[in-house]
Amino acid sequence: MKINGGQIVCEILLEHGVETVFGYPGGAALNLYDALFGYQGRIRHVLTAHEQGASHAADGYARASGKTGVVIATSGPGATNLVTGIATAFMDSVPMIAITSNVASSLIGRDAFQEIYITGVTLPITKHNFFVNKAEDLAHALRESFRIANTGRKGPVLIDITKNATAETCGFSPMEPYPLKEATKAADEEVQEVADLINKAKRPVIYLGGGVVASGAAGELVALAEKADIPAAYTIMAAGVIGHDNKRCLGLIGMHGSVAANMAVDEADLVIALGTRFSDRVALNMENFAKRAKLVQVDIDRSEVNKNVQVDLSVISDVKYFLEKLLPLVEEKKRPERLAAIDRWKEKYRIEKDDAGSIKPHQLIGRICDMTDKETIYVTDVGQHQMWAAQYIKHRNTNSFLTSAGLGAMGYGYGASIGAQVAFPDKRVIHITGDGSFHMNMNEACTAVSNKLPIISVIFNNRVLGMVYQWQNAFYRGRLSATVPERVTDFAKIADGFGAKGYKANTLDEFEEAFAGALKEEGPSWIECSIDRKEKVLPMIPNGATVEDIILE
Amino acid sequence: MEQGNNTNAVNKQVICIFVDNQPNVLARISSLIGRRNFNISTITASETNLPGITRITVVVSGDDENVLHQIIAQTEKLEVVKKAYLLDMSTTLYRELLLIKIKSDKTNRAALMEIVEIYRAKIIDLSKSSMIIELTGLPEKIDAFMNMVDCYSIVEVCRTGVTGIERGKEELKW
Repeated sequence: MKINGGQIVCEILLEHGVETVFGYPGGAALNLYDALFGYQGRIRHVLTAHEQGASHAADGYARASGKTGVVIATSGPGATNLVTGIATAFMDSVPMIAITSNVASSLIGRDAFQEIYITGVTLPITKHNFFVNKAEDLAHALRESFRIANTGRKGPVLIDITKNATAETCGFSPMEPYPLKEATKAADEEVQEVADLINKAKRPVIYLGGGVVASGAAGELVALAEKADIPAAYTIMAAGVIGHDNKRCLGLIGMHGSVAANMAVDEADLVIALGTRFSDRVALNMENFAKRAKLVQVDIDRSEVNKNVQVDLSVISDVKYFLEKLLPLVEEKKRPERLAAIDRWKEKYRIEKDDAGSIKPHQLIGRICDMTDKETIYVTDVGQHQMWAAQYIKHRNTNSFLTSAGLGAMGYGYGASIGAQVAFPDKRVIHITGDGSFHMNMNEACTAVSNKLPIISVIFNNRVLGMVYQWQNAFYRGRLSATVPERVTDFAKIADGFGAKGYKANTLDEFEEAFAGALKEEGPSWIECSIDRKEKVLPMIPNGATVEDIILE
Repeated sequence: MEQGNNTNAVNKQVICIFVDNQPNVLARISSLIGRRNFNISTITASETNLPGITRITVVVSGDDENVLHQIIAQTEKLEVVKKAYLLDMSTTLYRELLLIKIKSDKTNRAALMEIVEIYRAKIIDLSKSSMIIELTGLPEKIDAFMNMVDCYSIVEVCRTGVTGIERGKEELKW
């Protein structure tokens, strides 16, 4: 059959099971959007307020569902507005296809209206990108994009299509998606070597990251922790792999990680790092990270070995495959003293103090968890509220805590919430945000209203840019440069303006009442919660320091 | 052979990268090098006997094993890269080409020709007031030659950067 380039894009999306895309139209994208018009029944296009919101929505959709997120934008500013979203997906290895239109090939390179060299712009933030200026090259490039985005360590791929290529017609025959390149798998001897180390270790600790989620190995991970009674600490990318109520769960590791997690790693004689990259927010002092331990790293990406921290043994493998092979080789063990030590740390360093009169972050998050079901998806922005959410949410499922971890993009949350809610209309999506982050991309409230998405945003409003404010107080002698914006935004009024529902809470009781109301809304709502600006994210290990320097108050 | 190999060539390592010959491919490699802050001395690219395959030769200062591993592993992640590997210094031949234009007239021409002779360089252009010299060899030899002529009035210098090829192996495998 002969169809035009825009239709080819739609056909390839359907070939790959894509039923939802996020985007924003424009001049160069007219043909593409004309094609989408014809596919309305089969492909849902969610129009956002801004391309950045669309890119975060595609990311949130992908993280929540495990499918590939797709975002479409026009040339020039449409394309550049995707950059933060693509970079977020790149840093956190999220499979995403960004489709941008460009001006007609006859105009390329002439600084035409809304022309941008987006393949150049996105070189360092995509796994790969394509520039297509002929309809006949489109199908292959798109199929390759899906293959690349999902092969090995996942990530975003951008495909830039000139306007003429979306209008020209050419022959098209449907195909199965290209097979993914098989992931590297650990050799049997490598698995045995790690099993021997685990069987001999006295104080082993598992340190797990997003790779465990990406490879779908949460079940195997928990099985390993339980069989050999090994405590496990997770990065923010792996929240939910091991349940908060599992007694081997150490909690978050790193800069704002739990004392238990950081102590356990420091005391360990063996650290098994699974699908994680020893980032500077985890290995704060790269030379002294887990200095008493033998370090074993299992990762699908060879370039992660010895990038930040020198390991003693590395295995390049899909984590799920590795764990499946490892499990039968690991001896069953009980380590009651180790688990008791963890309990003691958890008890001793319970630094949060309840307060009935004001809203304490840990209590606020506690209430949210109490009032929502176990299938709830939590989405955050970036800053203090993000760390509190990572620390205090009762994580129990993977793909249920969506956050811009590596890039740390404020403004991620609203778009990502939209993506998650579109992916799971029946699940509850709670957007935890700060006044700073909410101000960045609250424009997407209109998208939630139009699409009747019952996202509840809980705004931690301390009227300062809290994380930087905290650092300025701690490390810059309280010189509060540009962190006290003196805004008088009335969040409830804004909600009205958007056609959403706004609430305000100054106490926990008021919050409970507001939240109960928000839970009944059919569209989006938000609750502005007053938080004392003196509230800090603790514990904290500063950059370059070790657990011995942990700040507790 | 005047220069077999200089195995400890001032702490430099040479990485060979085979890539798909696509538009942008050099930009992809150099963007990666820039982004990762890899310390590169020279980079050269050329077509090969294999259709559609380009060979890129990168010279890296220093011999930190982790840095070299990083460069290779990160490079191999690029879709366009078929293979990247470190050339074994002891079995690889390296060459660089120099073109240099020097002001010269009858007063110093003979002296320059003597240097050219000793270094087995070639004069490829000669005029009343200048000459162009071509020299091929290890970068160290070219450095030494440059050192010899720097007392003359140099008009222009052009060096290609290093390229290298391994002895012996009959075919490339990837």
